[in-house]
Amino acid sequence: MSKPIVATTSLAGCFGCHMSILDIDDRILKLIELVEFNKSPVDDIKTFTKQCDIGIIEGGCCNSENVHVLKDFRKNCKILISLGECAIMGGLPALRNGIPVKECIEEAYLHGPTVDGVNTEKVLPNDDELPMILDRVYPCHEIVKIDYFLPGCPPRADLIWNAVAALVTGNEMELPYEVIKFD
Amino acid sequence: MKNTLIEIAARYGKDEARLMDILMDAQQALGYISKEAMEVIANELKISAADVEQTVSFYHFFARSPRGKYTIYLNNSVTSVMFGYQEIAEAFVKETGCQFGNTTSDGLIGLYHTACIGMSDQEPAAIINDKVFTRLTPSKVKEIVAGIKAGKKVEDLSVETGDGINAHPLVKSMVKNNIMRKGEVIFADYTLGTSLKKVAGMGTQDVINEVKNSNLRGRGGAGFPAGMKWEFCSKAEDTTRYVICNADEGEPGTFKDRVLLTEKAAQVFEGMAIGGYAVGAKLGILYLRAEYRYLKAYLESVLEEMRKNNLLGKGITGKAGFDFDIRIQFGAGAYVCGEESALIESAEGHRGEPRNRPPFPVTKGYLMKPTIVNNVETFCAVTRIIEKGSAWYTTLGTQSSAGTKVLSISGDCEKPGVYEIQWGMSIKEMLEMVGAKDTMAVQVAGPSGVCLNPAQFDRKIAFEDLPTGGSMIVIGKFRNLIRDVVLNFMEFFVEESCGSCVPCRSLNVVLKQRIEKIIAGNGTMEDLSELERLSKMLSMSTRCGLGQTSSNPILTTLQNFREQYEGLVRKDTDYISTFDMAASVKESCEYVDRKPNIH
Ligand SMILES: Cc1cc2nc3c(=O)[nH]c(=O)nc-3n(C[C@H](O)[C@H](O)[C@H](O)COP(=O)(O)O)c2cc1C
Ligand code: SF4
Repeated sequence: MSKPIVATTSLAGCFGCHMSILDIDDRILKLIELVEFNKSPVDDIKTFTKQCDIGIIEGGCCNSENVHVLKDFRKNCKILISLGECAIMGGLPALRNGIPVKECIEEAYLHGPTVDGVNTEKVLPNDDELPMILDRVYPCHEIVKIDYFLPGCPPRADLIWNAVAALVTGNEMELPYEVIKFD
Repeated sequence: MKNTLIEIAARYGKDEARLMDILMDAQQALGYISKEAMEVIANELKISAADVEQTVSFYHFFARSPRGKYTIYLNNSVTSVMFGYQEIAEAFVKETGCQFGNTTSDGLIGLYHTACIGMSDQEPAAIINDKVFTRLTPSKVKEIVAGIKAGKKVEDLSVETGDGINAHPLVKSMVKNNIMRKGEVIFADYTLGTSLKKVAGMGTQDVINEVKNSNLRGRGGAGFPAGMKWEFCSKAEDTTRYVICNADEGEPGTFKDRVLLTEKAAQVFEGMAIGGYAVGAKLGILYLRAEYRYLKAYLESVLEEMRKNNLLGKGITGKAGFDFDIRIQFGAGAYVCGEESALIESAEGHRGEPRNRPPFPVTKGYLMKPTIVNNVETFCAVTRIIEKGSAWYTTLGTQSSAGTKVLSISGDCEKPGVYEIQWGMSIKEMLEMVGAKDTMAVQVAGPSGVCLNPAQFDRKIAFEDLPTGGSMIVIGKFRNLIRDVVLNFMEFFVEESCGSCVPCRSLNVVLKQRIEKIIAGNGTMEDLSELERLSKMLSMSTRCGLGQTSSNPILTTLQNFREQYEGLVRKDTDYISTFDMAASVKESCEYVDRKPNIH
């Protein structure tokens, strides 16, 4: 039987959840035995080349591209997992929710400490190639159906390992309380 | 400003436990409580400005910025919505030219919402500068706002007066008592002082035994045996003890405590003094919700009268050492302050956040001293029990629920109002009594209680079957149960959660959003099971009764009216997203001047 195929992505996240995936240490060798990776920063495959079994999503959706990628994952993966606070709730990026988009753009390109006095022509990025900014940061499950949620900021490596191992082997997931952390 | 505040603080002996009163007076004098005002008060009381601010920010009726010379609080509770809230809200917006949550630019009028104000039998109702205006119609609104603009005093904005004491010169309110049925205990005639004279000749333990033998259970909802509570308190180590009467009456749909305090105030106060005698307390506090401030002058006159007649004060009824007095403590608009430990926190001048229990108030209550907290009706019943004896009392009601219960009945019926019945009446009998026809549901015990369907109308109003603090809302067949009742209740709990427990603070919001999603036609069967799962999680993981029961509107309607939910959810899919790309990028694209490319 062929190995289950896993894809991963980081949307509006900080890659911390992916670092936590790597934190499974030497079990990564076992993981490679258990599964095959497709689209993922782990192997740098940029587009789906086949249907996958498990899609792991880090980060919520703050722009149009995040939404496209997420929908693409839904289309190409049997099971989707929201990994970490940002995917589940919007996380840190969602701190901007409640602040008008206009003010966020101004802070980023006109008034923020790194641009203040530099962007004298007051250029606001508007090239068609750029992703469009959403009115707020959305958790993934508001855009597509998500099957499982793994909490944490980042989720503990053991939690990720236990979840993936359980999904792949079909065994019940081990959930000792030490591995579930919400921050 | 500074001198006014210094004078107000001095009025309360610069006692930090009287912060609520100080803030209320400050607001009355200055219109609102500014940051500077908080600092002055903090300075006077020798506490930090943050301590003052956290109390101010907790309560709905404390304003941190001006809310108008005339502040209108329109009630948006379920019965208000049933009887025309929408139309009245629009009329206020039209007449004042002001949106809700704002004041007019000239600072004359502020327009705000508020939760149930205890007028469910005469809705829609609003409070304007402590005066209550009931049974509002668009034309009454027009008249009121015209009066405001003409500079009339609040008391002259309406010429209507209510019945009974509501017409008393110290009350002069248009509120109606609507006492529809008088029973043997609360509303029967009583000669003031009879019971106090009787207890003065009894030992304190005899008084407690009499209350115990009567099987009187608390009338605030939870039904804890009153005599047992008093006994615990009387045996507590600390001998400085207090009596608190819970008149917060915040459960939407209840209003009987208002009527008792209007018509039977002295009888309630007498019950408190009896409690004071029994547990050895010298001070009683009536914790009265701010919504009932229009009764303040009258209640104070009743207390004064009782002092004159030697029924309060030193040496009550002439018995040396029988000293007991009562002061009124006002809340400032927070439902959770009806929970006894939150009430105590509030009476001490803090945010109304419930305490961890144990210790219970009977050992560590007001100012950490042993305290009995009882409902208005409980104290009122005690006065009668002492007069007529516990043996007589237990002949009323049922085996496990002795005596009578005062119900507050509102909603779709011909005769809403206050009914004193004997425990044991069935819902069906109750509906006949109030002239309710074509009833879809009865909400028993307020939002935190249960929503019954017609198949359950044989059930009995009694602790052993349907316990209740007395709120009964009749919901007619033509109503939209989920939208007008369940959603309204969830909005109420979101607003009123004190926020201490994460599940209560966040899951109420999540549940409310799920209900909105279902109402909008975007729900699935999965949402129904999620509602159930989250509701149970919420009720299991919170500190006080609010969070433990706030999902009841959902749980009990899911159980008793499941078909209504199933009629709303989509069954052809297990997931619906309401995300709209075009709408969500509109604002940012416009601002940076680009054309959205949606694909
Ligand atoms: C959120 C919440 C609100 C409450 N509101 C009231 C109230 O308005 N009036 C009341 O008498 N009891 C209220 N209670 C019950 C009180 O905590 C307490 O049980 C009661 O005052 C005790 O008096 P009793 O034994 O005479 O009923 C409330 C409880 C909770 C959890
Ligand atoms: S359950 Fe809700 S209202 Fe009660 S203490 Fe917790 S957060 Fe506050």
